[in-house]
Amino acid sequence: MSTTTEQATTSRVNSAMKEILASGASRAVLSVFLGFVVGALFMVFSNDAFLQSIQYFAAKPGDALGSAWTAIADGYAALFRGSIYNYQAANPVAAFRPITETLRFAGPLIAAALGVALAFRVGLFNIGASGQILFGALWATWISTRVTLPWGIHLIVALLVAILGAAAYGAIVGFLKARTGAHEVIVTIMMNYIAAGILTFFFRTPELLREADGGGTPKSDAPAVTAQLPVLLGPEYTLHWGFVLAIVGVVTYWWIMERSTMGYRFRMVGHNPDAARTAGINVERTFVLAMAVSGAFVGLAAANQALGARAGMTPDIDGTIGFDAITVALLGSSTAPGVLLAGLLFGAFKAGAPAMQAIGLSPEITGVVQGFIVLFIAAPPLVRAIFRLPAPQKTTVVADWWRGIFSRGGAK
Amino acid sequence: MKLELRGITKRFGSLVANDHIDLVVNSGEIHSLLGENGAGKSTLMNVLYGLYQADEGEILLDGTVQHFKGPGDAMAAGIGMVHQHFMLIPVFTVAENVVLGNEPTGPLGTLNLDEARKRVREISDRFGFDIDPDALVEDLPVGAQQRVEIIKALARDAKVLVLDEPTAVLTPQETDELMSIMRGLAKSGTSIVFITHKLREVQAVADRITVIRLGAVVGEAKPSESAETLASMMVGRAVDLAVTKHKPKKGNIGLSVTNLTVVGDRHNKVVDDVSFEVHAGEVLAIAGVQGNGQTELAEALVGLRIPSSGTIHLGELDITHSSVREVIDAGVGYIPEDRSKDGLVGDFTIAENVMINRSYGPPFANGLQVDFASRDRITDQLIKDYDVRTPSRETLAKKLSGGNQQKVVVARELSRDLNLLIASQPTRGVDVGSIEFIHERIVATRDAGKPVVIISTELDEVTALADRIAVMFRGRIVGIVDATASRETLGRMMAGATA
Repeated sequence: MSTTTEQATTSRVNSAMKEILASGASRAVLSVFLGFVVGALFMVFSNDAFLQSIQYFAAKPGDALGSAWTAIADGYAALFRGSIYNYQAANPVAAFRPITETLRFAGPLIAAALGVALAFRVGLFNIGASGQILFGALWATWISTRVTLPWGIHLIVALLVAILGAAAYGAIVGFLKARTGAHEVIVTIMMNYIAAGILTFFFRTPELLREADGGGTPKSDAPAVTAQLPVLLGPEYTLHWGFVLAIVGVVTYWWIMERSTMGYRFRMVGHNPDAARTAGINVERTFVLAMAVSGAFVGLAAANQALGARAGMTPDIDGTIGFDAITVALLGSSTAPGVLLAGLLFGAFKAGAPAMQAIGLSPEITGVVQGFIVLFIAAPPLVRAIFRLPAPQKTTVVADWWRGIFSRGGAK
Repeated sequence: MKLELRGITKRFGSLVANDHIDLVVNSGEIHSLLGENGAGKSTLMNVLYGLYQADEGEILLDGTVQHFKGPGDAMAAGIGMVHQHFMLIPVFTVAENVVLGNEPTGPLGTLNLDEARKRVREISDRFGFDIDPDALVEDLPVGAQQRVEIIKALARDAKVLVLDEPTAVLTPQETDELMSIMRGLAKSGTSIVFITHKLREVQAVADRITVIRLGAVVGEAKPSESAETLASMMVGRAVDLAVTKHKPKKGNIGLSVTNLTVVGDRHNKVVDDVSFEVHAGEVLAIAGVQGNGQTELAEALVGLRIPSSGTIHLGELDITHSSVREVIDAGVGYIPEDRSKDGLVGDFTIAENVMINRSYGPPFANGLQVDFASRDRITDQLIKDYDVRTPSRETLAKKLSGGNQQKVVVARELSRDLNLLIASQPTRGVDVGSIEFIHERIVATRDAGKPVVIISTELDEVTALADRIAVMFRGRIVGIVDATASRETLGRMMAGATA
């Protein structure tokens, strides 16, 4: 008798464990882990010592295994030194520089990912973060290089213009979808090209935004000092207030999605547009509003890029942020804390890549790791198969406990 | 071909979907399989079609035992199936669809479309289907698409044709056409299994009827049997959902609809010049066979569809062109017929669902923020008052049973300060206990002096709740009669006869 009870208890605990394991957060963590494993394989197989010792693997397997271990350890140690803390640095200021770099890179990623995440929650796929950054940055650059305003006001105006520009650019997409039924994926991709073209045109034309004494290449002036985002930790570090903006964005995003009635309606439309319409919600108007708010978050990234710069800007001011933001939003499962953590991770990859290159590793390995993380996130059954995780919602032990407490056997 | 099912049993876990079912369909016979939703009709047919393997029992064709491992085997043996949801590729032509999976090929494997066209034309001419083999399927009306499905089955020499709820998607006219096609096919020797839960159609076309309830055969009946007898066989008890209610205390006119016309998705008049009035403290039921414009009428009343002409007045207020939100704010409660699609957000908790149509102000919103404390307090009260069986208010709506889901919808709508209640199929797919509860609440709403409109295809529900009954047929109101009207009268009206 006691053994069966014991078994029952263990199996219930196991089921509870499985339920926790089947959750989205643990899948994200495991996907990151798997991504690092794949990255390790790349390091091993691009390591000369390993490739040589593998030829006499049968005779001395220790050499191959040893060099494989060294390759992985060296690689990830370099990534750590490049993105968190450089224990080989000559002075403390330099030792802490990597973590500030990680935060600097993470800022725009987090901000843009919040925009993409918001659209996800409304059931929209905003591929247009790239175009929205460019469009917001265009007008922010106009303010920061062509307008003279007093200190303080200049920065605030430039910030607002970046946010409003990106929001307007997003709203156009929502409007086209609501009015014509055009699919937002197609529209945002095309809008990316349009924004890139417009920005290049502005940066190339002297009467518009081209730098004062520039040549033929499209480039703008550096933002006026009064419009620059100030550095955050003193002149020793390049980290600027853009990261604080991103954190403000995270809190705002959380408030909108979890506390506000607007976010509640966003989620309603995302889950079930038919029921939302029946409940009196104007679904089309919600699409426009959601794309505008999504664009506004992306605008924070635009401000980060345009006003965080200290030198003249080129038309690739968005870098790969627009597309990395999609992966950050996915990895963070479109929640505020998730996006924050995922953005920090991807910021660390960006900051750490040069350090890996310094020890002879290809910096593209971090790109491969990122790609695989998203691949694993996008294919939950793959991760479940690898870790033998339970399929979601097969067991309901946790839910049953609730039921036992609340319904006293009356539930149906 | 004679089809025989002997002792077919199919279990899903502890649920017995089919319990020793015997069925004989003679050659050239239209055999109707009658039963409520969830009685096990579709499971049985999926066993026949090889989609499921029976746990017990055997299938015989002309006396020979068959073993179907999949639909391919069943098709090869001469069984054809027309599913409720068509399995057609919209951008292909009729001929391409018909030969798909069984294409006539020339040398080098090229598709012989002439041969395909010939096959379609042959069958179409033989049974008077009037189908152009080169028409794109997406351009065809639903009734014609269904005929393409039938051609598809016949092109593979189906001797036994299974039609699964074929009239659910058809207009009444198309239904009549389908019935004459069925008779023609039967005359030429095809055996037809006609799955339905609609009594009128069974009586019109079937040669014999087998009634299924809770997975088992209840008995056989003749189409000459009365609708009541068939209904009580189907439901399993003398159908008596009588609700105790007093005489209505009629007040002023709460809702008046005048010459309302609504043009539907297919550009036809789905609601055609409809006029009626509902007094405060009165239940008007709108009866009729599914698909005669009741859904569209309800949607027009709540602002989901824009009427092309006519007016809707809520008391003195003109709401003809009001938005859904304005209609809701004017105090119109609406229980939509498809709760999982239109009535609830499955991935929202009960608490979140309680506020879906009132997120703009108190008591659920406090400025720009959701008022969580107030929301939770109201939700807990509603769960208690409406006897929603749930672990907690944080349970996702999709995890609740159908009856409890419907109670959440009813609770949400009735707990507001209403000037009108519109309930469309309020008890569809709901267990008996919940049906009684929901009916009591609707009557209580009436007795509180509100005008109530019930839209239901279930005659029992209509007669149990209504004070007056309006019958819709092909978008028009055929007549409005007192609730004491006999079932025969109502039945005739539902078929289009004026009162």
